[in-house]
Amino acid sequence: MANIRLIARLDIKGPNLIKGVRLEGLRVIGDPQEYARRYYEAGADELIYMDVVASLYGRNSLTEIVRHTAENVFIPLTVGGGIRSVEDVKLLLRSGADKVCLNTAAIARPELLQEIANRFGSQCVVLSIEAKRKSNGSWECYTDNGREHTERDVLDWAKQAVKLGAGEILLTSIDQEGTRKGFDIDLIRTVSTAVPIPVIASGGMGGIDHLVAAVQDGKADAVAMADILHYKRKDMLAIRAAAKQAGLSVRSL
Amino acid sequence: MTKTVAVIDYGVGNLLSVTRALSHVGCEPALCSDARGLERADRVILPGVGAFADGMAGLDRHGLTEAIRRFADTGRPLLGICLGMQMLLDTSTEFGSNEGLGLIPGSVIAIPNTGADNVPHKIPHIGWNRLLPAAANIENPLLKDLPESASVYFVHSFMADPATPAHRVADCDYDGRRISAVIGRDNIHGCQFHPEKSGPVGLQILRNFVNL
Repeated sequence: MANIRLIARLDIKGPNLIKGVRLEGLRVIGDPQEYARRYYEAGADELIYMDVVASLYGRNSLTEIVRHTAENVFIPLTVGGGIRSVEDVKLLLRSGADKVCLNTAAIARPELLQEIANRFGSQCVVLSIEAKRKSNGSWECYTDNGREHTERDVLDWAKQAVKLGAGEILLTSIDQEGTRKGFDIDLIRTVSTAVPIPVIASGGMGGIDHLVAAVQDGKADAVAMADILHYKRKDMLAIRAAAKQAGLSVRSL
Repeated sequence: MTKTVAVIDYGVGNLLSVTRALSHVGCEPALCSDARGLERADRVILPGVGAFADGMAGLDRHGLTEAIRRFADTGRPLLGICLGMQMLLDTSTEFGSNEGLGLIPGSVIAIPNTGADNVPHKIPHIGWNRLLPAAANIENPLLKDLPESASVYFVHSFMADPATPAHRVADCDYDGRRISAVIGRDNIHGCQFHPEKSGPVGLQILRNFVNL
């Protein structure tokens, strides 16, 4: 397999970098551009910006943050939150985003994925799935940053999205997000082994062992991390070194 | 004197990243969407993402196909990035057979959907992979001053298959499959990866191109 990608995920509310627990109780961390710059310099493989309230309020405030970030950050930038149309995507790509990430609008109208893929290519279409475990062992898709349930099965939706042209899946476990208790390994493995496109594990990374489990047991192609970086519990360089030590294939800086 | 680097704008891709990266390495990039803009440029970059046929149609629509071939004939350096690299070749098998710019002999073919061990692997090939310079091309000026085991960022489903082995400047290895990462013939250069998204290594490659 290709090198595992170590991705810094920055959730944004208005002008601020924020962080919550299970996508709730959002706390302000600081200036997203400052953090983005720091993660780039520490060797992050990619960055994800997610405007966590954009779907809720029907706005898209990320463009300016993206534009400034792209001035001095030369790694791939994925941007999500509040994207509703091909025109929204065009604006973000022109502002410096390389890929866009969709959840709420794609659930509401799945053909949107196809329209974006046809226009800009599958390589820039990331499907964001917010998954919550059900009592029967399957997972349900949520939208609006974990607020609304959809009754849509995660695995079915992932497979359908591949057919519509999604190029990657960002798979966030609502149950694990912000808990530092590790990824939902069953969820990641279930989706990653069922789709031919890369899957980014998100939600719950508390330590290196969680990263290793997501890759070795969960078959994740990439891992998104937030809390562990934002609160400076570990820096990207140390995570990369530890991942290498644990036998994962990661980029040499 | 600052060199004029024309970045071809034919309606696809994230051109801002390319121009920002070029500014960062100290040159003055100018977006160029017609044949006239190419005539005075010292360097030309042909970026691009998406489907091969759409890319070629975009060049045709802007009257750029012949203009790029003419620029290549001047001997001034040309760099294709990602789809822009693939379009340098003769043909592509993506969605039928399509004609390319024909500046480097060879074709564009799908990345095998299994590794060398015949186990299926993920397509597109997305992520950072190490550059493996060909022994004969180790001195290629595009690869100057790179660190040992330099890695760069790829995102693609098709790959260039140059007809002449000497045109393969560097490969990468995807589960035992060799993928051409850098190709070149005289003043014509191509990168399958995105130098503008490959951190300090990518910036060095762009710097090398500008300094050719």
